[in-house]
Amino acid sequence: MQLIKTLTASTALLVVAGGSAFAQDMASDMTLVSWGGAYQNSQIKAYAEPYMANNPGVSITWDESSNEAVAKMRAMNEANNVTWDLVDVVAADAMRLCDEGLAMEIDANEVLAAAPDGTSAEDDFGDLLVSDCFIPQIVYSTTFGYREDMVPAGTPAPTDICALFDTETYPGMRSLEKRPINNMEWALLCDGVAKDEVYSVLETPEGQQQALDKLATIKDSVIWWSAGADTPQLLADGEVFMGSTYNGRLFSAIVEQDQPIAMLWDAQVFDLDGWIIPAGLPEDRLNRVLDFVKFATDTQRLADQAAYISYGPARFSSAPLVGKHADLGIDMAPHMPTDPANAKNTFLYNYEFWADYRDDIDAKFQAWLAQ
Amino acid sequence: MRQKMRALMLVAPLLIFVVVTFIVPILSMLFRSVENDIVPNTIPGTVVALTEWDGSTGQPPHEDVYRNLYIDLFKAEEAKQHTRLGTRLNYEQTGLSSMFRTTGRSLDDIGELWQDPLEDIDPNFEEGSFWFEMMSGTGGEGFLERRREMLALMSDEDMSGDVGFVPSADMIEMLPWTAQAYTDFAIWAAIRDEDTVSEEDPWESVYGALGMDLTNPDTVSAINSYGGPGASALQAAAANLDQLPQFGFREAFVEEDEDWGSAKVWATIKLYSPSLTPGYFLNSVDMTLTPDGIESKPDNQQVYTTLFTRTLIMALIITASCIVLGYPVAWLLANLPMRTASILMILVLLPFWTSLLVRTSAWKVLLQQQGVINEILVWLGFVNDADRLILMNNATGTVIAMTHILLPFMILPLYSVMKTIPPSYQRAAKSLGATNWTAFWRVYFPQSVPGIGAGSILVFILAIGYYITPEIVGGTDGVFISNRIAYHISSSLNWGLAAALGSILLVVVLGLYWCYDKIVGIDNVKLGG
Repeated sequence: MQLIKTLTASTALLVVAGGSAFAQDMASDMTLVSWGGAYQNSQIKAYAEPYMANNPGVSITWDESSNEAVAKMRAMNEANNVTWDLVDVVAADAMRLCDEGLAMEIDANEVLAAAPDGTSAEDDFGDLLVSDCFIPQIVYSTTFGYREDMVPAGTPAPTDICALFDTETYPGMRSLEKRPINNMEWALLCDGVAKDEVYSVLETPEGQQQALDKLATIKDSVIWWSAGADTPQLLADGEVFMGSTYNGRLFSAIVEQDQPIAMLWDAQVFDLDGWIIPAGLPEDRLNRVLDFVKFATDTQRLADQAAYISYGPARFSSAPLVGKHADLGIDMAPHMPTDPANAKNTFLYNYEFWADYRDDIDAKFQAWLAQ
Repeated sequence: MRQKMRALMLVAPLLIFVVVTFIVPILSMLFRSVENDIVPNTIPGTVVALTEWDGSTGQPPHEDVYRNLYIDLFKAEEAKQHTRLGTRLNYEQTGLSSMFRTTGRSLDDIGELWQDPLEDIDPNFEEGSFWFEMMSGTGGEGFLERRREMLALMSDEDMSGDVGFVPSADMIEMLPWTAQAYTDFAIWAAIRDEDTVSEEDPWESVYGALGMDLTNPDTVSAINSYGGPGASALQAAAANLDQLPQFGFREAFVEEDEDWGSAKVWATIKLYSPSLTPGYFLNSVDMTLTPDGIESKPDNQQVYTTLFTRTLIMALIITASCIVLGYPVAWLLANLPMRTASILMILVLLPFWTSLLVRTSAWKVLLQQQGVINEILVWLGFVNDADRLILMNNATGTVIAMTHILLPFMILPLYSVMKTIPPSYQRAAKSLGATNWTAFWRVYFPQSVPGIGAGSILVFILAIGYYITPEIVGGTDGVFISNRIAYHISSSLNWGLAAALGSILLVVVLGLYWCYDKIVGIDNVKLGG
């Protein structure tokens, strides 16, 4: 550890001596962690490439580890060797990293750029700053897609989330994520619980049982997925009639791959994805990351990202700037989960609730699955 | 002796490598299954004070516990450790995670309930230098070191260095709570924040602690006859007790979250306050530790024993199907002419050169209901289009895919053993009048048993720890205990539980190995020659 400190200190000194033109000393490499695939690609196009064009000499390494970022960061922290500079995680993970003291707390107004009209970053992101450590990028949703050609003849296409539980009208398999989050909410909603009472019902053991009992009515018709790519594949192969996944995955199956799939936006669950900065970065790396984050989360950059993937930008000021798909040239706004036509009935992932109840309900859910 | 030394020196590099990179990390990981230092390290004072409390009365603990909790939590919040503690305790009782998080945010506010009136009574209390002068002195070196050690344990950071402050023995005696809070603050300010203690305004907890001290009539009378630094301010505070909050820290905590007044919450904290806990192990066999002793979990939360038995049974099925499929292949390999055998060998080895994920995903394409196998069966008319076979997302899928993946581990040891069986033995048996079957069963097969033994051990042990393949094709009834271990390592972050599950799995495997040795004999296992 001492050796590493000495080494970084002397490297920093060298950088200062060599690059006195810079006001602050900044590292020239960054390791960014993201999800891989189309999403990471959208970040490369919208953030990283313009940034590198502005800052020649900076090199960015991508690590596709966001899926197990929390566990890996904890392990790195225990080994006192944090090699990541900026990590893309979902909001719930950001809260956990913040709770564990693994992510740096930030002051949004100081670290992030203001909107072009001068609105402070804090107001521009608004309620989406769900944790002191979290820098939101996008709003995505977990929602359903269904096979248009598998709707029985003479039956109207489903418009209601509860079609999930109606295997008589809409026969066929369903695919749901292999975890209680979202599924329990949908089950209660379709079991007659009012939307604003879902979480107070789910707090009680009876409410949890009620949700599991509702899910039990379709248990034999469910394929449980654990990777976001599963549902689009199952839909494309005709294995399932309807399934939940992230809206961007469905967008690419429908629009880019032209599959006979349609969106069912009803009761979609909004969630956030964004950056966290690992706690305790050396100063030169921290300076570089802060510089990058300020650029990558400004109004224009967040709007640019929407040209590559159908996730809504996390700033209010970015929404009017959302344009057309970079390759297909179609308007992206109607494909955003936040578009008024799609967002008639929505949920917001309840972070506080699931932070408390996740372990407990997950134990019951897994026991129920194993029965 | 010398030769032994020489031999040891020769294996030393490998031995050291294995110990350092394999055995030590595994042991330290397994130790997490009983480790529970986080509770006594984060809230040490509270844990000690709680020993006095009798949970069976159903009453919340004494005010002293809440006072210790405030002092402990305040510094834990400074070090961002209180939320980790909340996460740990949330494994045992739902709701504690957010309780610690929200309480952590309001600790400053609680301290200000005392800070504001104290500063109104005497503006000197606003000054960091005043506090420094009042609390400094001699004789408190031992006290300082004890607080330093506690802070180091709590924050998991090195706290050594010059603090530039020594609490006075008089103050430790007269204002015990204040001395604790101020000393914690001084160490934190000097070592962690690298500030000069006398220039910094003390934490809000210091004011709260002074409020605690002032509730003691003996302290008040001691203050009134005290003449050292800060005497006039302290006496002013002692004379104006009615301006200070008239409630204690229990009310202050309950005000923030009513669960702080619940005996059940405190019973959980007390139960999990020793630095070693059987909790994780009990959890992994579907039991739980309660104040009334060990109880079995409610039926709707029992999952691990089911998964352990399922893992063992399915690993056995997979091993058996590997034997059935692998034995003829190995026999062919051993008995065909060299040239044909080597082509066949390449086919056996080919899967090794393909990524595990690719192989498993290929099975997905084959096995799913609209997949290749079902399509062919429907086209041939063996299966009705309406009731296609369900070959994956269940136990069948796991058995099929894993048998294929583990087959080479059965074939290779079998082959190398069969290679050494001289064909003349079977010919001799036949010339003495044995039928083909007798010659095989009585002469050839017994000689190949060591190969079956080696292959079975390999396949069984690999199968028991597999998780990627069951995760992809196993659905719900084809997943193993290792899937839960992976989940607790990478998603729920309950590493203690993962370690306990892993330890049990390790013990079960070693136990089976021991049984195998007793029944078959480990000398009877051959990987070749």
